[in-house]
Amino acid sequence: MIKLASLSKHFGKTVVLDEIDLTIETGEIVVIIGPSGTGKSTLLRCINFLEQPTAGTMTLGDLTVNVNRASRADVLAIRRRTAFVFQNYALFANKTALQNIAERLMVVDKWPKEKAYQRAREILDQIGLAEKEDAYPASMSGGQQQRVGIGRAMAAGAEVILFDEPTSSLDPEWVEEVLGLMKQLASERQTMMVVTHEMSFARDVADRVIFIDGGRIVEQGPPSEIFHNPKDPRTKDFLKKILATR
Amino acid sequence: MDVLNVEYMLGLVPVLLRYLPLTLQLAGIGMVLALILACLFAVVRVLRIPVLNQFTIVFISFFRGTPLLVQLFLFYYGLPQLFSALTVIDGITATVMGLTMHFSAYMAESIRAAIVGVDRSQTEAALSIGMTNGQLMRRIVLPQATRVALPTLMNYFIDMIKATSLAFTLGVTELMGATQKEAAGSFLYFEAFIVAALMYWIVVELLSKLQNYLETRLNKAYNR
Repeated sequence: MIKLASLSKHFGKTVVLDEIDLTIETGEIVVIIGPSGTGKSTLLRCINFLEQPTAGTMTLGDLTVNVNRASRADVLAIRRRTAFVFQNYALFANKTALQNIAERLMVVDKWPKEKAYQRAREILDQIGLAEKEDAYPASMSGGQQQRVGIGRAMAAGAEVILFDEPTSSLDPEWVEEVLGLMKQLASERQTMMVVTHEMSFARDVADRVIFIDGGRIVEQGPPSEIFHNPKDPRTKDFLKKILATR
Repeated sequence: MDVLNVEYMLGLVPVLLRYLPLTLQLAGIGMVLALILACLFAVVRVLRIPVLNQFTIVFISFFRGTPLLVQLFLFYYGLPQLFSALTVIDGITATVMGLTMHFSAYMAESIRAAIVGVDRSQTEAALSIGMTNGQLMRRIVLPQATRVALPTLMNYFIDMIKATSLAFTLGVTELMGATQKEAAGSFLYFEAFIVAALMYWIVVELLSKLQNYLETRLNKAYNR
């Protein structure tokens, strides 16, 4: 379970996240939508502490941290319980697909190499890239790289996997294979928070859709409700614009 | 013009070869110390550690901005004058000091650029899986920075091997100093110095081969 209480993030005088309260149950698939520059990515980055939140508390399972008083150990503990999938994949360029996935197990969790590689091979199997074990990122397609990126996040055994626009920098031909993998993870009830503009994914897979605008949660609910019966005018406006372009 | 005295040249090879180890030692020790110093400077610059950062900037500016020969004379003749405890400083020590500081100034900048050049998103990815800053540097950033910096660092090493020849001005009998003495005895300057030149050249060529080999290995991950 993840619980955010009054989580805020300011960049100087700009308020990017304005006292976000949010609880996500284990196994829940949450999709976050909203206009660009309204704090969706920042919210995910704060949960992973890639950004230091300005105020609020964060609970991950049995760990509760006041973000202002987060010690170095707290930050590491939070990062180790949350996994991140980046828009531009951000694979380690000096490591093979296998090593990218095993890296965390070996370095952070201190598993012996053989055990880590064995687990990484299982994950490569799951993401359908068993034959790419020794391939370096530079030799893989965007879709393959992002699937390794997801594999790396899966290795963490994290409370939640945070997806920050995972298909936005992919060529259209690779989008389906990445969404397919995410659907597979969702069907295994991996807790996920997904920032995306793929409305079909939100409609088909999400348990809950959250609409964020101006650093606040404007509206949230099951996809049927948000997409077919949005209440707030900002939600209606956003959906009209984004669905018109599809 | 007299004919080239080949016999003299061949006879000179084993004589001069005895001084090659000292040349390589000066360059080798200088390179190791310069690398250590340069890495420290680079980290200070990247992390902008207060005070040390300013000191490093001035240090680099001075040692890049003045000739190596001037620096060697400063260490060899100048320091003992300032600090009486240093009267024992010998030519070899002064040479190593000069080479270390001179080349560390250049190398610090290329190492810094290589570290900064590693894709920032990989740093975030490493932090996101819970790596510490040390693990991030050791496992992700430095291996990639090494690959970027290697060609330049090898160039500096090659340059340093040749720069050891300045040590003869401090009375050190390394390859250049020995050649100078032999030539002065035989008056066969051309023969003596062409042998010395060939020796430097061969050493540098061997190093270039090593550089190619290392580059191929380090580039393995980046070929499509």
